[in-house]
Amino acid sequence: MLEIRNLHARIVDDGTEIIRGLNLTVKAGEVAAIMGPNGSGKSTLSYILAGREDYEVTEGDILYNGRSILEMDPAERATSGIFLAFQYPMEIPGVATMEFLKVAMNEQRKARGEEPLKIPEFLKRVKEAAASLSMDMAMLKRPLNVGFSGGEKKRAEILQMKLLEPKLCVLDETDSGLDIDALKIVSDGVNALRAPDRAIVVITHYQRLLEHIVPDTVHVLYKGQVIKSGDKSLALDLEANGYAGVIGEAA
Amino acid sequence: MNMQLQPQRTSAETALIDAFGERLSLLPGDGAVMLKRDDAIEAIKHGLPTRRIESWHYTDLRRLLTAVPDFDPAAATKAIAPIVEGSAILAILNGVSSTKMPTIEGLSVQRLSEKLTDGSIAPGLDPYGSDDAIGALNTAFVADGYFIDIADGAELEKPIELQNLQAGGQTHVRLAVRVGTGAKASVVERQTGEGGGLVSSVSQLVLGEGAEVTWLIVQEQPETATHLAQFKAHLGKNSKLTVFFMNAGGKLVRQEIVVRTTGEGADFTLRGINLLAGDTHTDVTMVLDHAVPHTTSTEVIRNVVTGKARGVFQGRINVHQYAQKTNAKMACNTLLLSDDGEFSTKPELEIFADDVICGHGATVTEIDHDHLFYLMARGVDEKTARGLLVKAFVAEVIEELDDEMIVEALEARLDDWFVAHG
Repeated sequence: MLEIRNLHARIVDDGTEIIRGLNLTVKAGEVAAIMGPNGSGKSTLSYILAGREDYEVTEGDILYNGRSILEMDPAERATSGIFLAFQYPMEIPGVATMEFLKVAMNEQRKARGEEPLKIPEFLKRVKEAAASLSMDMAMLKRPLNVGFSGGEKKRAEILQMKLLEPKLCVLDETDSGLDIDALKIVSDGVNALRAPDRAIVVITHYQRLLEHIVPDTVHVLYKGQVIKSGDKSLALDLEANGYAGVIGEAA
Repeated sequence: MNMQLQPQRTSAETALIDAFGERLSLLPGDGAVMLKRDDAIEAIKHGLPTRRIESWHYTDLRRLLTAVPDFDPAAATKAIAPIVEGSAILAILNGVSSTKMPTIEGLSVQRLSEKLTDGSIAPGLDPYGSDDAIGALNTAFVADGYFIDIADGAELEKPIELQNLQAGGQTHVRLAVRVGTGAKASVVERQTGEGGGLVSSVSQLVLGEGAEVTWLIVQEQPETATHLAQFKAHLGKNSKLTVFFMNAGGKLVRQEIVVRTTGEGADFTLRGINLLAGDTHTDVTMVLDHAVPHTTSTEVIRNVVTGKARGVFQGRINVHQYAQKTNAKMACNTLLLSDDGEFSTKPELEIFADDVICGHGATVTEIDHDHLFYLMARGVDEKTARGLLVKAFVAEVIEELDDEMIVEALEARLDDWFVAHG
């Protein structure tokens, strides 16, 4: 489903190269964890997948279902089924959460050639999704993410993911800022989305999240490259021995 | 040697002076009114204000008013649907008021032409200062409008919608409204039309003790029209006035808002949005006098600027020496969406009292790229996402209004503008 080939990318503003020849393949139905020390390029990778303009791909390609996405803008990527759950979701004053959800869901439907949702059906879906994440509907009456706590923002991200039904989910440090109860709720939400035709990429710093969302594959990112891949035992190994060993092997 | 005392008249100045000569015999008014008209045209003969006049610094009317259309008595138009369903409509069709008056308890309406003819409105025709070019222009030419009286204690359920609809040529109208003690009303002042006319429109409002009024100015002139408007209000004891304006059209627009608190406990709220597009010039100039103690005001203006549009907000708050315990706050925020657009803000606080709270702030921003990315990352295309963010910026001001019907009506006008200029 996702194939990243020899990807090189830099920050547009200052030209700093962050991704330096990254290769990664994630199949449909797979949950892939990307781990790595601070500054290894994890968040950058997630932004590049989503199409943020602050980064420029200088070499290599990203194929999604066999097609390059490099020329697609963030909205086109999203409507083709790519979803990024942000590490730091933005607060957007003045944009009503419900209005935003409706617009976003209908954009997905439009891309699939479906009619816009009728209001009662829309409300029903939002209510169900919110209930499954133990979210209060009152929260959704506020402007988008405004005044949400860190944990509420993360839940709101997973809520959006559920409602938009993407095919490739990228979760950027979704565990940061979550207490253990919230971590459980969010993880359950993600696990409920596991499906044979869906791939999930979990970017995390810690093994903790992977106890709840058990990955099929684990990839270690260091200095903008995947230096080691394995199964879930690799994550346990990293937890026990730190990144130093893996980095040493690769060097 | 030739001595020239005055610079040569512009074609617009000449056209106005000539038009006055031609129109004079058609203008209603008794002797007192006619004297006011003579004084007013004398002021215009001294020349339209230029950037050297402080209050016109950002809107050099002499340079910007390039053409003055002739009067066009044949031009016709008809009343339009009100923005809030069920409103009592008082239409002025290309400068002419209607003879049909609504029958609503507590509301009495007269044609302004009658009040000019009998001279009873003459004292209100004086311009408020030597730089009051709009007041002078209107006083010289005003032919019609409405005189509205809202009885003491009356509470009008539905808004009154005053429609000033131009179809081209020149129209000069005046709306005079007296709101009685403890009365409550909402008024929509609708300024629009289909022609490329020159419009001067003056609204005068006097609020009695404890009166509460929400006054909405919805200006949607075509991009060929010149719109020179003035809103003047006196706020009596414990009265409450909320003025909301929306400028969403016009080639050359100046909206003046001149408010004076005359009774203790008066409260003034100004909220406004300027939606500026094309090659246009829009100026909002407010002069607020806190003239008595214990009065409050807040002013929030939000501007969206695209294309080659130029916008101005001048906000002047005068706190008189004995107006202790005044509390006034003013903010003007601009979202600049194009490189060629511009917006100038000039806040002025003149405070002669020593126990007051006054503040002002101004910002100019662009669309936040992080916000845009976030919305797009959810599949919202760039144009729609930008629209959502721009609308959010101005809708915040609209949503502050209490009345849900009015909020919805204004958001619909906002949507129309975004459809046309998005």
